[in-house]
Amino acid sequence: MSNYNNEEKKNHVIDYGTYIFVWLGLLALTSLTVTVAGIHLGNYTLIVGLLIALTKASLVIAIFMHIKVEDPIFKVFIGIVLLTLLAIFILTFIDYSFR
Amino acid sequence: MANGTIALAEKSFYQEGTTKRKTGLFSWIFSTDHKRIGILYLTSVTFFFVCGVILGELMRLELIAPGPTIVNAETYNRFFTLHGVIMIFLFIIPGIPAVFGNFFLPIQIGAKDVAFPRLNLLSWWLYVIGAVFALTSLYLPGGPADTGWTFYIPYSIRTGTNVSYTLMAAFILGFSSILTGLNFITTVHRMRAPGMSFFKMPLNIWALYATGWVQVVATPVIGITMLLIIIERTFGVGIFDPALGGDPILYQHMFWIYSHPAVYIMILPAMGVVSEIIATFSRRTIFGYKAVAYSSLAIAFFGYLVWAHHMFVSGLSETAAIVFSFLTFIVAIPSAIKVFNWVATMYKGSIDPRTPFLWVMAFIFLFSIGGLTGLVLGSLATDVHLHDTYFVVGHFHFVMFGGTGTIFFAALHYWFPKMFGKMYNEKIAKIGVGLFFIAFLTLYFPMFLLGYNGMPRRYFDYLPQFHTLHFISTMGAWLMFIALSIVIGNLLYALKKGKKAPANPWGGVTLEWHIPSPPPLENFEEIPNVTHEPYDFSQLEGMEYGTE
Amino acid sequence: MELNNPVSTNNNQHVHRDDVGARIGMWLFLFTELLLFGGMFLVYAVYRMKYPDQFHLSAMEMNTTIGTLNTIILLTSSLTMVLSIAAIQKKNKFLSVVFVSTTLILGFMFLIDKYFEWSHEIHNGNYPGSEVLLNKKNGEILFFGLYYAMTGLHGLHVIIGMIVLSFMLVFLLRDKITFDNYVKLENAGLYWHLVDIIWIFLFPLFYLIQ
Repeated sequence: MSNYNNEEKKNHVIDYGTYIFVWLGLLALTSLTVTVAGIHLGNYTLIVGLLIALTKASLVIAIFMHIKVEDPIFKVFIGIVLLTLLAIFILTFIDYSFR
Repeated sequence: MANGTIALAEKSFYQEGTTKRKTGLFSWIFSTDHKRIGILYLTSVTFFFVCGVILGELMRLELIAPGPTIVNAETYNRFFTLHGVIMIFLFIIPGIPAVFGNFFLPIQIGAKDVAFPRLNLLSWWLYVIGAVFALTSLYLPGGPADTGWTFYIPYSIRTGTNVSYTLMAAFILGFSSILTGLNFITTVHRMRAPGMSFFKMPLNIWALYATGWVQVVATPVIGITMLLIIIERTFGVGIFDPALGGDPILYQHMFWIYSHPAVYIMILPAMGVVSEIIATFSRRTIFGYKAVAYSSLAIAFFGYLVWAHHMFVSGLSETAAIVFSFLTFIVAIPSAIKVFNWVATMYKGSIDPRTPFLWVMAFIFLFSIGGLTGLVLGSLATDVHLHDTYFVVGHFHFVMFGGTGTIFFAALHYWFPKMFGKMYNEKIAKIGVGLFFIAFLTLYFPMFLLGYNGMPRRYFDYLPQFHTLHFISTMGAWLMFIALSIVIGNLLYALKKGKKAPANPWGGVTLEWHIPSPPPLENFEEIPNVTHEPYDFSQLEGMEYGTE
Repeated sequence: MELNNPVSTNNNQHVHRDDVGARIGMWLFLFTELLLFGGMFLVYAVYRMKYPDQFHLSAMEMNTTIGTLNTIILLTSSLTMVLSIAAIQKKNKFLSVVFVSTTLILGFMFLIDKYFEWSHEIHNGNYPGSEVLLNKKNGEILFFGLYYAMTGLHGLHVIIGMIVLSFMLVFLLRDKITFDNYVKLENAGLYWHLVDIIWIFLFPLFYLIQ
């Protein structure tokens, strides 16, 4: 187990370059999602749009919000919360899909 | 643990504060000391409990005979709304975590304070502001809400009463609850004393930790729901308004997505306290410590998956009703694990039936009835018959008042000597708990029979055939008033005239019993190094304990 | 599950600083925000499923260009936010101040954009309770109701984030935030990124229904 302290955190200083690179990736994904929305994909538009949004959000969380280099317990926390949110969505739709 | 010695009586937290001003009101309401905040909460929570009790007594008085007795139907609607809002949002939800959690969580894990003391003070202030919002609605034109504490759509967007104020109050109180939970989780992760691993924590801490997660992850959903009703009432956006295409059942989903887990915010901390008291008065380590610890987490998680069992007759799809009914039964498992382990702990223990222990016995009996009737309501077929009857009212008073309320008093009697440094009269306290138990059954048990026979809830009037049972219930309410007066009066008297309490009156071994009563400002002279299991009673050797 | 003991047992030090603890607290707060918006997304999902065609119809009235512009503005502001943290880590106070200020300016630009977008819709008569809207079908009323509620709540968060960042700017200038004590700036950044993430999801749901 890692020993939490500030010294260790300092080793994780990420370079400006990485952030700019991620930012470029986010912009690319944005133009991709706008382009895809212009094509007629029917029901897949929503799914593709959400998948791209999910990718973008993961990039922001992992790099900009430092979760990649943060203590593992943070990942556990995020997992639990997302699981709960997912459970709420699924269970609500168990009602609405069968009305 | 704590080197087995009790620090020489230095200044207690009553004599030494965190504020510049040393005495007076300001040294309390601006104090960031977790113990002072705990006492602040105790005072305010008790105040609102008494308010709620008085409203309840008035309602029971109205129901003593058929027809209008003391109030009209409209006032009665406002009474049960206020009674519900006050008891749920101002008493039961903050009750055990905010009072006893604040006071004892840092001490039991060997910390000087919580992780964010200023946030802790803010949470009390938000509680007060929320309470003010709830109460001002009484005196503004329109009067207090008459929707019931569930604020069901569409009535809550049509009624002319001050629903928005009450909703705002619930929103602010939710924020206060979130801050408490956030503080507890961080404190448990970051502030445990050296050697205090997760599995050396007292079970009370496990319960508070699980509660913290429910508070953080569930409360925002009610926040947004309340906000949406306020928006709906102000701007008419149509999100829940059936006239504009909104779906009232979606509102019920959103409401119960929070309010069912909220039930576990109310009961989990109570279960934690029960584990503490049973271990101490049986002089035995809790049977199946890990199972009890994990069952707290399991209850917290499964609690999210069952909310729609409140909505079986609302027009839910049948598939959903069956799924939710099934899931509801799963939550009963971790609760049962706890009850079995408590009973197993007492087996061959050396039981010392002091007052807190008697309260816990009352809890196990009443809570089991509450839990089992919950299964009757959770299973689809019976619920259709019993929905919105007095059976439901009986059920949730057994779990809420018989469960959490009883443990609130158990905790108060257990930790009173530690918090205030005074002993109470045990004889009177025992009379109090006995009378409480009898009064409770007289007051609430007839409700099951009433509901089974078809008496609907939330009516100020009833058919003559229900008279006898209603009358018995009202008698129970009066008895309850006497019992509560004895219990609270006894403690207030002890506060003034009680004998000085020793550091460890009950022979407990968790960390709070190793420091003086009342504790000094930063709890420990030196942060303890924890080597023992939480309920290792061999520590009592060489430790001074007992009331004499 | 078993964690090592996190507390540095430095008893002489009266107040011990715990940056990881502060970040745990912040993340827990972000979870509450996530669930708050999660509730709204749930409402959106249910109504979109109920009225797919009318949602489609209403979304045609949304201005995709403004939406895309705002997405780019917020993504860029997230970049400048994280760069300001990197700068202070490298002891470059000046650059950090510049980046926080840029973030504030970008936030402001987002709000101006939003202002024009909302005024345009209101000008068209698409606002809650308006006659134009009440004459439309239920699904369209709900779309616009959700549009105002969700982007409005998001806008409110942008404003709160800007207030927090203004404080951070003052702290930076007064050396309350330094290269070895910048957890406040980090937490403000976390909040700002969350606001960005919410927008990342709002964007395809309101502007990109084709």
